[in-house]
Amino acid sequence: MTGRIRWRMPRAPLSLRQRLLLQLLGIAAMLAVFLYFTVRTVAGQAAETTQDGILGAATTAIAEQLRAGTEQVEIDLPYDAFSVLGSISEDRVFYRIDVGGETVTGYDDLPLPPEASGKVGPQFYTRPFRDTEVRIAAVTRQVVVAGQALPVLVLVAQTRLGQDAIAERIANRAAGLGLGFFTLALLLSLIAAGSVLAPIDRLAEAVARRGPEDLRAVDASTPRELVPLVGALNGFIARLRAALGRTETFITEAAHHIRTPLATVRAQAEIALRQSDNEATRQTLRGVIRAVEESARSATQLLDHAIVVYRSDRMTSDALDFGALVAGVVASIEPAASLKDVDLRLSPAAQPLPVTGDRALLESAVRNILDNAVKYSPEDSVVRLSLAAEDNRAVLRVEDRGRGLSGLDPASLSGRFRRGGNVADVVGSGLGLTIVTEVAAAHDGRFSLTEREGGGVCAEFSVPLQ
Amino acid sequence: MRRILCALAVILSPLCAAAFPVEEEHVFPGTGAGSELWILSTTDTEYFAPLLTAFQARHPSVTIRYTVTGSASVYTAVADEGVACDLAISSAMDLQMKLANDGFALPHASAAQLPDWAQWQDRIFGFAQEPVVLVASRKALEGLALPRTRRDLIDLLRDHPGRFEGRIGTYDPLQSGAGYLFATQEARQSDSFWRLAEVMGANRPRLYASTKPMLDDLETGTLALAYNVLGSYAATRAAHDPDVALIEFEDFTLTLLRTALIPKDARNPELAGMFIDFLLSPEGRRLSGQQGGLPPVNEAALVQTPRLRPIRLDPGLLVYLDRVKRRAFLEEWAAAVKQP
Repeated sequence: MTGRIRWRMPRAPLSLRQRLLLQLLGIAAMLAVFLYFTVRTVAGQAAETTQDGILGAATTAIAEQLRAGTEQVEIDLPYDAFSVLGSISEDRVFYRIDVGGETVTGYDDLPLPPEASGKVGPQFYTRPFRDTEVRIAAVTRQVVVAGQALPVLVLVAQTRLGQDAIAERIANRAAGLGLGFFTLALLLSLIAAGSVLAPIDRLAEAVARRGPEDLRAVDASTPRELVPLVGALNGFIARLRAALGRTETFITEAAHHIRTPLATVRAQAEIALRQSDNEATRQTLRGVIRAVEESARSATQLLDHAIVVYRSDRMTSDALDFGALVAGVVASIEPAASLKDVDLRLSPAAQPLPVTGDRALLESAVRNILDNAVKYSPEDSVVRLSLAAEDNRAVLRVEDRGRGLSGLDPASLSGRFRRGGNVADVVGSGLGLTIVTEVAAAHDGRFSLTEREGGGVCAEFSVPLQ
Repeated sequence: MRRILCALAVILSPLCAAAFPVEEEHVFPGTGAGSELWILSTTDTEYFAPLLTAFQARHPSVTIRYTVTGSASVYTAVADEGVACDLAISSAMDLQMKLANDGFALPHASAAQLPDWAQWQDRIFGFAQEPVVLVASRKALEGLALPRTRRDLIDLLRDHPGRFEGRIGTYDPLQSGAGYLFATQEARQSDSFWRLAEVMGANRPRLYASTKPMLDDLETGTLALAYNVLGSYAATRAAHDPDVALIEFEDFTLTLLRTALIPKDARNPELAGMFIDFLLSPEGRRLSGQQGGLPPVNEAALVQTPRLRPIRLDPGLLVYLDRVKRRAFLEEWAAAVKQP
């Protein structure tokens, strides 16, 4: 049993449109069939009633012409009574007149009525007659002849070819009507399904159009039926956003909690280094200081990266002057650079460079670029910084005389935790260029590294001018 | 063997098929061993011959046997005697109607478009229409105005008692089916029929079973007036004899259809159907009108000429065939015409 169930292919569920269409069409088909049979039945009955009416009128007209003669009943068939029977259709006509139970004229094998009706009006019945089937109208009259009441039975019969033809014609029309109705229903169903499902399509489109990190609540106006779905979706988005926020806070806290004790450890180690004369101990302490420095850097960059990731989801748009921003960062880096005797030379732009962006992110990017440049520059060297407006972009170029890329693909260096193969002796986490690349992407900016002639790297960072 | 018997039947038909009186019989032999089309008709061979030869020209292998008899005989031959003719052509529309109504006619799907009064179901087909007219001898009426209405005729006969004594000819409704149809239809249309019948009766009319002898007697001078004569025959005589005057009454002139049906015992119903289609085809209509002198069914002519009243092919025709009604009518007719 289970094996069989396992092998059954899961059927793709019908789409809403298919369900709606199928159900609407099913209803339309049922109605069309119902319409066909109703029209057919009603029309058939109407045709029969009409023909019965004429047949009855003809029979009654003959009965009205019966007169009491001196010895017998006088019968005078009215011409028009028969003529009118041919007015609707070309049906065969038979008749029979019995006086006192004896056939006086007409077709004496015409079937008699099943029972005496006792009615004044005609009695109708259908019987097979000779090679065909006929509808018969029977009227009974009492005629007094020589003081004696004689029952006279008048039968007039007609074949039903005309009625059948009418019924068939009407049935064909009814079928056509039903088919037309169905076709119309098909078109209307398509339109109805489209219009009913349009809000769902619109909602799906609104959600699909969002960027991968857009975590705002969905606020598209939706019909009442979709409100729970949108509510659930927004609840989910809110939970996701909260979870991301918590992660962010956690990283910040963690970096902070790691950096503070590390700074303490480093200070203590440096004091110990100055006080110690034992070369072995000094060597160990230098190793400790180096490791602590590396850890502090990594923590800082982790924090930076977390901020970049966090803020690029909901960046602020500030109006900034890119030149002033770069000058600020240069000022903050200067002490670290002078420790290595690296000279930072900034050539400002000829004009102000107004840009729109997130101040914290842009500062983080510029700091990382400069940090790298200082870090990989040899002692007592120059790092040149130049600002310019080119192609409607604010461009920062940072040129160092460091160890260069050694033929590595610059793009591969911007991956998270990726470092070049020639930097083992320099402290680094591999997150710096990742941060720069992400900030550039968030600001519709560009970042590139190119090898300089004569050694070193030129880093170029640009964002659109306002 | 059967063919030999058939051949014998053809040769001996006046003798052995004596169940109905044969007026004329012509055989148009076809080439080779084709099938035979036997037409039983009330129309004289001379009127039909162009149609028969034209049909045979199209179907050379078909042998056509054309037998002329009275309209009552056509009915009894088909209804009572089971004569296996392939086509029954008659001017007695009421008898044709009764044959079809009582199930003695086969259906035939014809492509021809006939007006509804000239066709009944797919069993009776009207192929020629002709007025029923009064024929007068101009000589016999010398000095008198030709009557234009039935009232004129009544006045004429009343004003000149004795002048037309024994010189009026008409159908005997007892013997002639067509004569009975004309009389009953006229009685139905107008009250003046009975007055006319009485006035004619006072002049001791001669009664005929068919048109031909009546017209013969008019030409020889025996008759001065022939009442209710088929227009096509009268027109042929009038064309050759200037003395013959053809009068369509202005109060109303009955218009008769010559009709064809395929009897249920027909041996070659398909062939008969082909002949009907030929009769109703443009070629057949042209031949029948121009060469045969049988004007084809033409609704436009009826609309343009208001005096013409077509006898409609409908079940009303059955009424006067009712035996009680027929007896009563003939009694009344005899009382009016056969005065002591």
